[in-house]
Amino acid sequence: MFKWFGLVNYAPHTKVAEFATHLKDGRLVGSRCAACGAHTFPPRADCDACMSPDFTLVEVSGRGVVHTYTTISAAPSGFEQLAPYRLGLVDLEDGGRALACFGDTLADADVAIGMPVQVVPRLAEEREAITVYYTLERPGTPWPRTPLDG
Amino acid sequence: MVASTSSGRRVGVVGVGHTPFGRRSDATVQELAFEAFRDAVTDAGITRDVIDATVVGSVPEYHKQRSLAGVIQEYLGLAPRPTWLTEAACASGSAAIRTAWLAIKAGIHDIVAVIGCQKMTELDTAEILALMGRVGEVQWESGFGTTFPGYYAMFARRHMHEFGTTRQQLVEVAVKNHHYGSLNPMALFRKEITEEKAAASEAVADPFRVYDCCANADGAACVILASEERAREIAAVPVWLAGMGCASASMSVLRRPHLTGLPSAERAAAEAYAMAGVTAQDIRVADVHDCFTIAEIMAYEDLGFCPRGEGGRFIEERRSYVGGTVPVNVDGGLKAKGHPIGATGVSMTYDIVKQLRGEAGERQVPDADVGLTHNVGGIGQYCFVQVLTRE
Repeated sequence: MFKWFGLVNYAPHTKVAEFATHLKDGRLVGSRCAACGAHTFPPRADCDACMSPDFTLVEVSGRGVVHTYTTISAAPSGFEQLAPYRLGLVDLEDGGRALACFGDTLADADVAIGMPVQVVPRLAEEREAITVYYTLERPGTPWPRTPLDG
Repeated sequence: MVASTSSGRRVGVVGVGHTPFGRRSDATVQELAFEAFRDAVTDAGITRDVIDATVVGSVPEYHKQRSLAGVIQEYLGLAPRPTWLTEAACASGSAAIRTAWLAIKAGIHDIVAVIGCQKMTELDTAEILALMGRVGEVQWESGFGTTFPGYYAMFARRHMHEFGTTRQQLVEVAVKNHHYGSLNPMALFRKEITEEKAAASEAVADPFRVYDCCANADGAACVILASEERAREIAAVPVWLAGMGCASASMSVLRRPHLTGLPSAERAAAEAYAMAGVTAQDIRVADVHDCFTIAEIMAYEDLGFCPRGEGGRFIEERRSYVGGTVPVNVDGGLKAKGHPIGATGVSMTYDIVKQLRGEAGERQVPDADVGLTHNVGGIGQYCFVQVLTRE
């Protein structure tokens, strides 16, 4: 599952691998500790607050505001063709942060600290290496999402 | 718990050595280590047979040679005495000094040589770029194309947003460090730069251009540490490791409490000041980890040289030049001296010892009796702060 996620991923087998399955179905999920209820995004298997190994994945809105950003001109291996590309760090309304590239709904001139954005799950089937990821988009940007059962 | 006092023996620096930093395709990494070691042994006025153990600070993935500490120990002629490697990314050199200090304080060894060394140019550009692409947290960040300059660029953007720090102030850090690098015979770049040249250099990661970034280099540095009793026998002017702070912070920027400084540096500084019984106001000269221009501005604040948010004004008002509040990186810093990552922390201690002994030549800070080093690993996941004193 994690082979879908990230250009080169060294962690194909993690305890939160279902994150990628949810992302493929258009859902962004964090983790909630089954013991103390602490919420974490991105998800982690081992509770940071109480050390419990028991958790569930819960959907988050993906709404947030830009905390900081940059434009990468000198790219590492595998990203040369994408440069220059824009990275943003987002404070999420449900807690936690996400780091991702800005998508096409936001022009360079729009990007500023404090601006609202939507983290949008993406499928990129044209690239073998990245098939599931997410981008930072203008709030209200729609995307295909499969609802969770029940 | 932060260690505010230090039990056990005092530890002094009795000898220091340094190779020039630069492209050293003429020498193996153990040959570079030997250059710095020979310089330090000569400086201490000792023979190598009195050395009990060697600690090597280096980052293994940049070298073709595996298990470097053993290879260096053999080449220095110090086998079968003990040796080991420490790794804490760009703070590996200070981590090595820390483990040697611990061994002497504990009474296990009396005299320990610490060698920081790195030969960055053993790898070709493609290999370096591939490594560069994995500097971030690999599960949630690297897959989006993060880079080292990219992370510090995001710190800079936030600092500019919160405190009004300017692009001009960033450039002024590079201009200062090149000025002092021009005076340092060990420096990679021994030339002044202008603000215009820095501002016009190639874009790397907005707001950084090439002259906001330090340069990879090859090189080695060595310091020889001794227990107080042996230090007084060996050295005319022992320099004491009076405060040794060490802390960590999350590697992931998703989990940092704030991005306008390094929490590990704040904590390590508090620990070092408390252990040495000094405050930031007592520091007369400092070497800080200016891997990028914003890193030096954040260091002024994390170390308490000025309040949070005023680091930009600190450089603008030339308060980190010789004659200012706290002269910082008067050896050229990582920016102009070069950054052989395992050697950098040891090189910082070398330069502060030279300052405290009054041997820094035209870069000498008058009346320097308390000095500081600040060595950061990665984007702040490790930080080591040393307070050094002389009597």
